[in-house]
Amino acid sequence: MTDFLYLVPIALGLGLAGLAAFMWALRSGQYDDLDGAAERILLDDDKPLRK
Amino acid sequence: MSCCAPGIEPAAGESAASRAEEVRLASRDLGDGLRQTDLSVPAMHCGGCIQAVEGALSALPGVEDARVNLSSRRATIRWRDDAGPPPFVETLGGIGYEAHLYDPGTEPKDTALTELLRALAVAGFAASNIMLLSVSVWAGADPATRDLFHALSALIALPALAYSGRVFFRSAWNALKHGRTNMDVPISIGVTMAFGLSVYETLHRGAHAYFDASVTLLFFLLIGRTLDHLMRERARTAVKGLARLAARGALVRQPDGANVYLPVDDIAVGMTILLAAGERVPVDGRVVSGRSDIDRSLLSGESAPAPVAAGALLQAGTLNLTGPLTLVATAVARDSFLAEMMRLMEAAEAGRSAYRRIADRASRLYAPVVHAAAFLTLIGWLIVTGDLHRAVTVAIAVLIITCPCALGLAVPMVQVMAARRLFERGMLLKDGGALERLAEIDTVVFDKTGTLTLGQPRLLHPETIDADALGLAAAMALHSRHPYSRALAAAGAALAPPLDASVVSEHPGAGLEARIGKQVYRLGRASWALSRPDEDNDIGAANVVLARDGRRLAGFAFEDGLRDGARAAIGELTERGFDVEVLSGDRDAAVRRIAGELGARHLAEVTPAGKVARIGEIEAGGHRVLMVGDGLNDAPALAAAHASMAPASAADVGRNAADLVFLHESLRAVPEAIGIARNAARLVQQNLALAVGYNVIAVPIAVLGYVTPLIAAAAMSSSSIIVIANALRLRGVRRGRTPARAPTSPSLVAQPVAGNSG
Repeated sequence: MTDFLYLVPIALGLGLAGLAAFMWALRSGQYDDLDGAAERILLDDDKPLRK
Repeated sequence: MSCCAPGIEPAAGESAASRAEEVRLASRDLGDGLRQTDLSVPAMHCGGCIQAVEGALSALPGVEDARVNLSSRRATIRWRDDAGPPPFVETLGGIGYEAHLYDPGTEPKDTALTELLRALAVAGFAASNIMLLSVSVWAGADPATRDLFHALSALIALPALAYSGRVFFRSAWNALKHGRTNMDVPISIGVTMAFGLSVYETLHRGAHAYFDASVTLLFFLLIGRTLDHLMRERARTAVKGLARLAARGALVRQPDGANVYLPVDDIAVGMTILLAAGERVPVDGRVVSGRSDIDRSLLSGESAPAPVAAGALLQAGTLNLTGPLTLVATAVARDSFLAEMMRLMEAAEAGRSAYRRIADRASRLYAPVVHAAAFLTLIGWLIVTGDLHRAVTVAIAVLIITCPCALGLAVPMVQVMAARRLFERGMLLKDGGALERLAEIDTVVFDKTGTLTLGQPRLLHPETIDADALGLAAAMALHSRHPYSRALAAAGAALAPPLDASVVSEHPGAGLEARIGKQVYRLGRASWALSRPDEDNDIGAANVVLARDGRRLAGFAFEDGLRDGARAAIGELTERGFDVEVLSGDRDAAVRRIAGELGARHLAEVTPAGKVARIGEIEAGGHRVLMVGDGLNDAPALAAAHASMAPASAADVGRNAADLVFLHESLRAVPEAIGIARNAARLVQQNLALAVGYNVIAVPIAVLGYVTPLIAAAAMSSSSIIVIANALRLRGVRRGRTPARAPTSPSLVAQPVAGNSG
């Protein structure tokens, strides 16, 4: 019966981790070009993006 | 790369020097000698396009980095400013992509979408976790666990409401402050009341808490809000990506003889402007020297180019076709014809009765009814039981159950689907309100030049013309960008004998001359090409003649070709009971011919203000007008009409004024758009009926006090899902009537009109 004492924090932690990952992806511009990203995985271009 | 070579040639003859200046003017300084240029490349639509564009741009000397954004159809290039800007536009033109400069400085960055996505993510997190806890409570957790879970839920819900709810609270507060009410008012009240009641219950160890309801509600509503925003944003960026037709700047000759490239806003009255062939006139001006032909079709709707010489007055936005001109500016940009059109447009918009969107109209009725119901419930329970706590609980349950979740999704879901269907057929929708207005129209008014017609002349009866003469004329015409020359070149390309460019010379305002051996051939106006034009009584309808040593060989007549699907579109509209009218600024004869051919009423030589007046007249008669037009002179009419459409080839102003922009050449877009709009309107009505029906069933249950958090959650989710599922039923117009041809691809290719690539 006391299992949820650690199960609930784990569930919340996982949720928060997902939320944080989404926020990071949003902030780093990964949602700026969804159509492009879908196409780019098919391109045979192994050069890293020049920064 | 066959899939993405749309065959677009670079925009006709922008002169290289001023082009480079223009690129520099529009670029941003990143410091360190690095500059960034944003190009809009509307023809990109696949993975191959990304590679081709990035590859071509990266290969240019001085380019550090080129990155394509396929969603917004833009390319961002960072380059070193050592030897002037590399020829981006020309390079892309060379591989078949039309590119335009895009100035990111002109619009604020879209932070609203990011904010909505964040709010959505937070609400989604909170909703899923609270629901997890709620399910165990509903499953029969013992009281101690239940209280703990309620407390946990409260801790998650509070920050989520504070963060994600802002979107609604802000809008509701704004509405209330101005004494109005909108959909966000009942949403905000419902959500906060549910939360408040739940906190009270939690503190008093009550059995029922509505945390899940309040957060799930926010989550669903945010989905609707985000979709709505995405749809509008997509259309907006796509419309912005199309070519700018107004000049960005001009080459100005300083008093000391030096030439500098100045932005349009810096050009003052009295400055001397050098205008190369192929450029648009930047500000109103008077010609000082030079001869040329001017294309006024975007401004006045005149289909035939007019010759100009010293002393002629030119309006900003007209296109210089054949020869270089020197102008003196007679007005600054903000006083030019364009600015005059803007004023007319604003006046027209102010005059148009404000349209209230269906959702707003619904909420005007909805909010008072719901709040009254909740209040009456409170009073009723107080009178019957005298138990304040019980009465408040039931009243809040009524508010929760009626919170317009389904209603909030009913309209945007349908409109998002409709925008998608339109997009698949090459049409861009500005916003949902436009769709509702489009469904109401019963009269369609067309502009002629550039809308019903292509705005590009076409050679009449080429088969009756002597093949040798046509071939020679086509060979000569290849050396000019005058629209008649292009039409000739297109018609006679197969017959044209090889002709050395050095023997052909262009006489702006008159025609072309070729010296072959000892003979002089002239192609142009009869008065110039023929030695004794008065004796030639066979000119008839010919606009252009071909002459050898002053004697006529052949005459060519041109007409503005009908846009693809014009006849079918108008036939279909008439058949479906719409009133069709042609309203043009062109000469009466030209309009009469086209209108007669299409079987529509017409009015010719109408001024821009006249068009607005005519539309006002029709609407005063109780009709709703859809205006379809492309020119600057149509822009005020587009703004004045109940709904409006413009082709992608329209002037910037017209495109921005129009509710819908269609990218493909065919005018079939007009009946298709109306069909989709009407289907969407029907689905919206069904959805509203579903949402009301849900309330009719749910409200009595709530009023009688039988609602538990479990019932509230189930009822809200199921009603939302039903509404969404109904919206997904939206199909395009019936395919039966459209010709058996492959569905148009959803690409954003702004098809150039035929002959443009000659």
